[in-house]
Amino acid sequence: MPESSKNVLDRFRQGDADAFETLFREQQATVFRWILRIVRNAATAEDLTVETFMRIFRAHARFDTARGFEPWARRIATHVALDWLRARKPESEITPEMESLLTADTTCDPGIQAEIRLKTAQAFTRLPPRLRMAAVLAVVDEQPHKVIAESLGITVTAVKLRVFRALRLLRKDLEQQGIRP
Amino acid sequence: MTQNRTEMNLNSNHESERAPELERMKQLLKAAVPRIAADAEPGRDLWPDVLRRIDREPVKVPWFDWALAGGLVMLAAAFPSVIPVFLYYL
Repeated sequence: MPESSKNVLDRFRQGDADAFETLFREQQATVFRWILRIVRNAATAEDLTVETFMRIFRAHARFDTARGFEPWARRIATHVALDWLRARKPESEITPEMESLLTADTTCDPGIQAEIRLKTAQAFTRLPPRLRMAAVLAVVDEQPHKVIAESLGITVTAVKLRVFRALRLLRKDLEQQGIRP
Repeated sequence: MTQNRTEMNLNSNHESERAPELERMKQLLKAAVPRIAADAEPGRDLWPDVLRRIDREPVKVPWFDWALAGGLVMLAAAFPSVIPVFLYYL
């Protein structure tokens, strides 16, 4: 991860377009990956990355150079992705392509049946966005709790609690469908 | 505060009692939701899109400016004699 020079950060804070482009080029992939982890769809993640950098550009005067660009950008990206998750209908996220991928994926734990994987994926999309985001970042993508906490603006304990609640809700949902995890 | 602490204690007790079940749920979730590759990148350069969005962004006028302009128009309509005074101070 290239460390942006203080000069670039200062110029960005003053609204310099070249400095903004430099930061964009440095952080584009990082921001994209972070959003992709939350929304799990590449095309959507691209759109939301553009939206994130738009908001970053608009908020340049509020940027604190002492706190670093990456955590700030990640926090804005998290809010953009969360807004998107909140606006989505849960059931519309499992596409037929994803369904066939899940049922045909042989790299997964062979002890877990394809049907259970699919039902779990569907139950996952029904989780409240805040819990879902914490669970996917912490459990699936194994991101450090500290990084997740910073990006959500909450404590590490709150992240752990959200993950715990997400897993409990997921279990309850599966049990209601007659699946004993 | 006390309620939160009690809730957290309850949850941590719950968690230790149900640790194997939680581990199982984690395994299930990992199997159901594919992990994102550490080197995933956008399929195209997104910079032109960012530029387009910035150009398209409408100029936002604060509500206070609109209110001030509206007030001045109403004042000028009610008291036309103040118009030369305004023009003098512009």
